[in-house]
Amino acid sequence: MLSVSNLHATVDDKEILKGLSLDVPAGEVHAIMGPNGAGKSTLSYVLTGRQGYEVTQGGATLDGEDLLALEANERAAKGVFLSFQYPLEIPGVPALTFIRTALNAQKKARGEPEVTAPEFLKLARAKAAELKIDFDMLKRALNVGFSGGEKKRMEIFQMAMLSPRFLILDETDSGLDVDALRIVADGVNALRSPERAMLVITHYQRLLDYIKPDRVHVLAGGKIVASGGPELALELEREGYEKYARAA
Amino acid sequence: MSVASAIKTRDAAELPGKRDEDWRWTDLRGLIRQVPAPSAALDVASLPAGPFDALADELLVVANGQGAAHIGVEPGETKVVALRIVSRGDGSHAARVSVDVEVAGNLTILESYEGEGAYLGQTGLILSLAKDAVVERIILAADDAEGVTVSQAQVDLAPGASFAQTVLTGGARRQRLETIVRHPGGHADLRLDGVYLLADKRHADLTTSVTHAAVDGTTQQLTKGVVRDQARAVFQGKIIVAEGADRTDARMGHHALILSDRAEVDAKPELEIYADDVSCAHGNTVGALDEDALFYARQRGMPEAVARALLTEAFIGEVIDRIDHEGARDVVRAWAAERLGA
Repeated sequence: MLSVSNLHATVDDKEILKGLSLDVPAGEVHAIMGPNGAGKSTLSYVLTGRQGYEVTQGGATLDGEDLLALEANERAAKGVFLSFQYPLEIPGVPALTFIRTALNAQKKARGEPEVTAPEFLKLARAKAAELKIDFDMLKRALNVGFSGGEKKRMEIFQMAMLSPRFLILDETDSGLDVDALRIVADGVNALRSPERAMLVITHYQRLLDYIKPDRVHVLAGGKIVASGGPELALELEREGYEKYARAA
Repeated sequence: MSVASAIKTRDAAELPGKRDEDWRWTDLRGLIRQVPAPSAALDVASLPAGPFDALADELLVVANGQGAAHIGVEPGETKVVALRIVSRGDGSHAARVSVDVEVAGNLTILESYEGEGAYLGQTGLILSLAKDAVVERIILAADDAEGVTVSQAQVDLAPGASFAQTVLTGGARRQRLETIVRHPGGHADLRLDGVYLLADKRHADLTTSVTHAAVDGTTQQLTKGVVRDQARAVFQGKIIVAEGADRTDARMGHHALILSDRAEVDAKPELEIYADDVSCAHGNTVGALDEDALFYARQRGMPEAVARALLTEAFIGEVIDRIDHEGARDVVRAWAAERLGA
């Protein structure tokens, strides 16, 4: 599914990723853990094509296709979804309008027929109920005045509506209380399937109690310095990142 | 010295220009060396339909400065009037329109400027609202890229009256849409909103001046605009709160998006407050589309042009949403969407 090899990337001429390699096969959930400043968010932005993040060496492919050659929206249409650490507020655009515009743009790019308004609303009602989102909230401007937890839940709702193939969750647990965390995790787990893969970026192990990873990688100093099974996350929780930060 | 008298006397020296403080960003004198000959009379029956015709109880057409020019509303009467100011050709013309709304009358004016040609047109409007009258004025200015238009409205409010206005313009070669309000306080409410969407080399100037003369008045003002290419927008908003006009509540906001390096926005928000106990605020921002929001929309799958159009439409949508008349709101929303290429 996703294959990243020897990726180097700079932001404002400063090298943040320094030879990162990673393979996430279809059907698996991988966690990336690491100290602040290790390059976790940079990785998510490089993979999704944000401006200002320049790849200087190496590459990334999704099912063999060069991801880095595509525009941000083309990557989305291929099924790459990033759940933002800090979801943006979009004044004046109702959440439903925003998501429907995005969904139809993706369908158009893939040569699929657009969804009609009734089909879309039916789907939105079903997914909102699953994620315990008040439907009226979806008529309000996206994320404007929402709490941190509501914004994260809205990310998962968008994820459910857009049905991506490769999911990147950037610090999705931040700002969530335990109940909200459980709802969000249920929403993410519902999307686990043999055709999908996920990259869960997190500073803390807590989220991984709810979204169980197949593999855990430690990102420090701009590259993966250790990989292991779920037990690695528990070790990091106990012992911290210090030895990896030093190794990097 | 005024635009109307310059047209009447055909003396270009009477046109306001950059040496006049209020006109320094909308220099007519420097632009027009010679006032064009008077415009020819138009056959009104041959004109295409106006943008608001279907919504109105009454239709008034002022064509090249000529035509019926009075709107009257009886006490307690409610009506919707479409007022079309039509310019055709390369001549000059001026017109006067008076609007009188009697006690507790309710009027919606759907005013459109429809131009074709390199004309110089001026329209002077006098609006007078009696006690408890309610007026909503929506102005859609669709001038020619070669046209020069000046619209000057003077609004007199009685206590308890309510006047709400939304100007929407695509600009012209040079265009000034001016509203001067005498606000008596006394629980009269005023809303003065504007939207400009300018491309190419178009120019639009939204100038307002509100004088709060006595206690207990409110003014809400929100203007938003988008300029691209080499377009130029001017916003001059002045609110004066006279001595003794206590408990005035006045808010002015002007926010512009500049979508090209060569476009320009000149803004002058002014609050002059001579009373002690008032609540007044103004905010003015000029910037580009939020890159973070743009990336967010694109990450969800929207091509750049779609994302830009959605965010820009939302930006000005805040002003359009404040229009009360539902049909007019739909007309201007469609007008804006078309101009923004959504």
